[in-house]
Amino acid sequence: MTGSRDAILGRIREALRVEAPHHAHAKIATGNAPVTAPFREWLPAVGPTEADRVALFARLSEMLKTEFIECADMTSAAVQLHRLVSENGWKKIAIHDGKLMNALLAKTDGTLETMSADGSYDKFEMEQCDAGITECECLVAQTGSICITTWSSGGRALSVLPPHHIVIASRAQVLADLTSAYELLAQKYAGKYPSFISFITGPSRTGDIERILVLGAHGPKKLTVLLVP
Amino acid sequence: MRVSLFIPCFIDTLYPRVGMAMVKVLEKLGHEVDYPEGQTCCGQPPFNSGYWDEARTVASRQMSLFRDSEIVVSASGSCGAMFKKFYPELFQGKPEEKEAARLSAKSWEFSEFLVSKLGVTDLGARFDGKVTFHDGCHGLRELGTKQAPRDLLRAVKGLELIEMKEAETCCGFGGTFAVKFPQISTAMAEVKCNSILETEVEYVVSNDSSCLMQIQGYLDRNSPRSIKSLHIAEVLASE
Amino acid sequence: MSESAIDPKTQFHADADVTTADTDRRAFVRKALGGYKTTRAKTESAFTDWEQAREAASAIKYEGVNHLDTILTQFETNFTARGGKVFWASNSQEARDYILGLCAEKGVKSIVKSKAMTSEEIHLNAALEEKGYGVIESDLGEFIQQLKKEAPYHFVFPCMHLKREEISALFEKEIGSAKTDSPEELTMIARRFMRRHYLEADMGISGANFIIADTGMISITENEGNARLTCAHPRIHVALVGIEKVLPRLADLALFLPMLATGGTGQNMTCYNSMYAGPRQEGESDGPEEFHVVLLDNHRTRLLADPEQRDALHCIRCGACLNVCPIFKNIGGHAYGTTYQGPIGSVITPHFKGLQDWKHLSGASSLCGACTEACPVKIDIHHHLLHNRRNAMKQKPVWWEKLLWQGFAWMMNRPRLYSLAIRIAPWMQKLHPIVFGSVLDPARGWTQTRDLPEMEPQSFSAWMKARKEGRK
Repeated sequence: MTGSRDAILGRIREALRVEAPHHAHAKIATGNAPVTAPFREWLPAVGPTEADRVALFARLSEMLKTEFIECADMTSAAVQLHRLVSENGWKKIAIHDGKLMNALLAKTDGTLETMSADGSYDKFEMEQCDAGITECECLVAQTGSICITTWSSGGRALSVLPPHHIVIASRAQVLADLTSAYELLAQKYAGKYPSFISFITGPSRTGDIERILVLGAHGPKKLTVLLVP
Repeated sequence: MRVSLFIPCFIDTLYPRVGMAMVKVLEKLGHEVDYPEGQTCCGQPPFNSGYWDEARTVASRQMSLFRDSEIVVSASGSCGAMFKKFYPELFQGKPEEKEAARLSAKSWEFSEFLVSKLGVTDLGARFDGKVTFHDGCHGLRELGTKQAPRDLLRAVKGLELIEMKEAETCCGFGGTFAVKFPQISTAMAEVKCNSILETEVEYVVSNDSSCLMQIQGYLDRNSPRSIKSLHIAEVLASE
Repeated sequence: MSESAIDPKTQFHADADVTTADTDRRAFVRKALGGYKTTRAKTESAFTDWEQAREAASAIKYEGVNHLDTILTQFETNFTARGGKVFWASNSQEARDYILGLCAEKGVKSIVKSKAMTSEEIHLNAALEEKGYGVIESDLGEFIQQLKKEAPYHFVFPCMHLKREEISALFEKEIGSAKTDSPEELTMIARRFMRRHYLEADMGISGANFIIADTGMISITENEGNARLTCAHPRIHVALVGIEKVLPRLADLALFLPMLATGGTGQNMTCYNSMYAGPRQEGESDGPEEFHVVLLDNHRTRLLADPEQRDALHCIRCGACLNVCPIFKNIGGHAYGTTYQGPIGSVITPHFKGLQDWKHLSGASSLCGACTEACPVKIDIHHHLLHNRRNAMKQKPVWWEKLLWQGFAWMMNRPRLYSLAIRIAPWMQKLHPIVFGSVLDPARGWTQTRDLPEMEPQSFSAWMKARKEGRK
């Protein structure tokens, strides 16, 4: 059942027979052609080098209350993970299969109790986990965001259900801006997109009560990014 | 140059001193002031109420009075906006369309005329007192007037300009809105006047007398201390 | 607000009388929105060229809306290729019936919802509850308003008018929580309450901020994560979206996501921006078995057919116009009496619900233009309020107002008569105190709360004439 498809399309076509004035915008430089690439010229600036990008991401993370840790190597990333476990008294962490993930876990001491979010998993078991670790598609310097998809990051719930989300990412994954992120996704997935893509910008938050900022509304209260070379 | 003045009806009747001050300032600068006779109203009241045919009847005659003018300067941002922005829309597709475009091209609001056209900010005026400036919405948003009045006020000897928090917030006049929705209009006046009272000023100045009528009207009824409202022309004409 | 027998205009005045008198509440709302102003200014200033970004956003929305038929069919083709279903609803009834039908057919018992103004528009919750389905709002502000049995106050900040004590009292009463004056603790109460609903609900209902044509996706923007959770585990996901929420390309989001955040809350980027392309795909470990997008017309095509105001459909529902509107700040969101409040609501509601019955919303404005200035996609909002007034009068002039303005025009075109009138006026004013403030006072709308200036004995035109003739 598609409903009133023809009726609605009919009304739309009828309405569009009269052209609407372009009163709000000059026909942008490209004439009538759609506007896309020049976004970079108008959005906040990002420096040209990798160091610029990482520095910007770090600065925005501080504003957003994302814990951003640059690790010398995977061993020190594993040390950070263990620190989080002991500081917070974590019992169980949810994970997924992936190159960076496996490399990280290989450097841990083997005491971590984990559950996998791959294949079919028990959502109630995931709800009991103290944290979820994921990889990501990329980091976005311009906005301080992490781009994840179902295929890069263990599904839809892993990065949002547990109260602490940890991301393991490499420096090469730090892209300049959202346009670069969408270009990456198109390159990787065009024609066969995953069913879910998300840009995560800081821990979950709300300002609904008296416009006062509270972290951890429904999604994770804490977000940690471990950046390895 | 020969400057034609457009003095809207309520300034003519309620605030003639504003017009007199404009004449004084312009003549002091050495310009010839021309006041085409028979001016009445720009047509904004029926226009804002949606009665555009009646607005056109009035506007059309008003336009014809300025046919031979080189420059038209208006005393108020809202009437100035009628000439500059809304007459072209009002007369779109009508025989007066070209005339409306011509009038729009030669129209100026008073403070913008002084600063942008004549390049003058110091008129040798003297006015002792603490002043805050209220941005009339039409001037601010339809005509883009923000800095010009402030530049002019800062050049006045003895005048201390203090910005209020809600300088750009609408005073709530809005023409017939003030009487059609009096409870909302009054609430907006309250916010504006409380913002004025939060500063130490003795005077509130604007480039729109209709705003000043709203503000003074509320202050006179409610203010614990005396604050006087003045059109910027009156300040610039003081010695 | 429930449907009442009183006409909308009378109800509006009655509500505005009450809310404008509530000085305390108005100050509270103003303070909340004062913070927005500062934050937004800072975020905007980080843009290399905010004004050019607005121009581009306006142009892209123009492109989408003015090719709405091909854009929507492109979306449908790309979306359904991945197993999603599209239902085209002409009106509220069709949309409600479809969703109710799904619930019945699929054995749905419990429903979790994330924020969807379209669901308010079609009164979906009431229809679901009437049929015995449990519906829980997951967005904190909507959750609070649901418990309070009140409509949202603002379409981005549903309970911004409430103080923490009021929210605590509400929670104590409705869910038996302990009293607290901490916004953090109140948020945690709602968080704990919601957990099992995310895991146990059969159906998740959401709205959408954007419909993406080239890749067949919908995009949802939120800060809390409740929409992500609503769309993660329930086996059926239904997204109810207005047909106008289109963007031609996925890549356009690189511009729109930051602009939506800046306009709505002053953030650089909202916390979660998620694109949903279909139900669970092969190889994915979670996600709904079924994903239905309900495209809602409900008079949007009527607005589309008005070329002058068609750009009102460019609206991305960021709420910026509400945040800056002095009318909104002083009367509050409920006084509008309809789903979409504020300046954009005052433009579109007469189109959606009837021009003659709702023209007062377009009239209740001083046309200050703050809304148009704030709009990220450059909709000519305040001028459309004026256009609605003109259209309403053209369709059905108010007889005495028509006479009034005809009389006004007649007099204003007779300068001698005008001169006579203004010579008499100061004398009339001397008589005014007799009726001042009473029902006989013609200026009562003004004089009830404000003083009038005293007329000068000599008008400007008289002074100029005297000067010219050499007299003083």
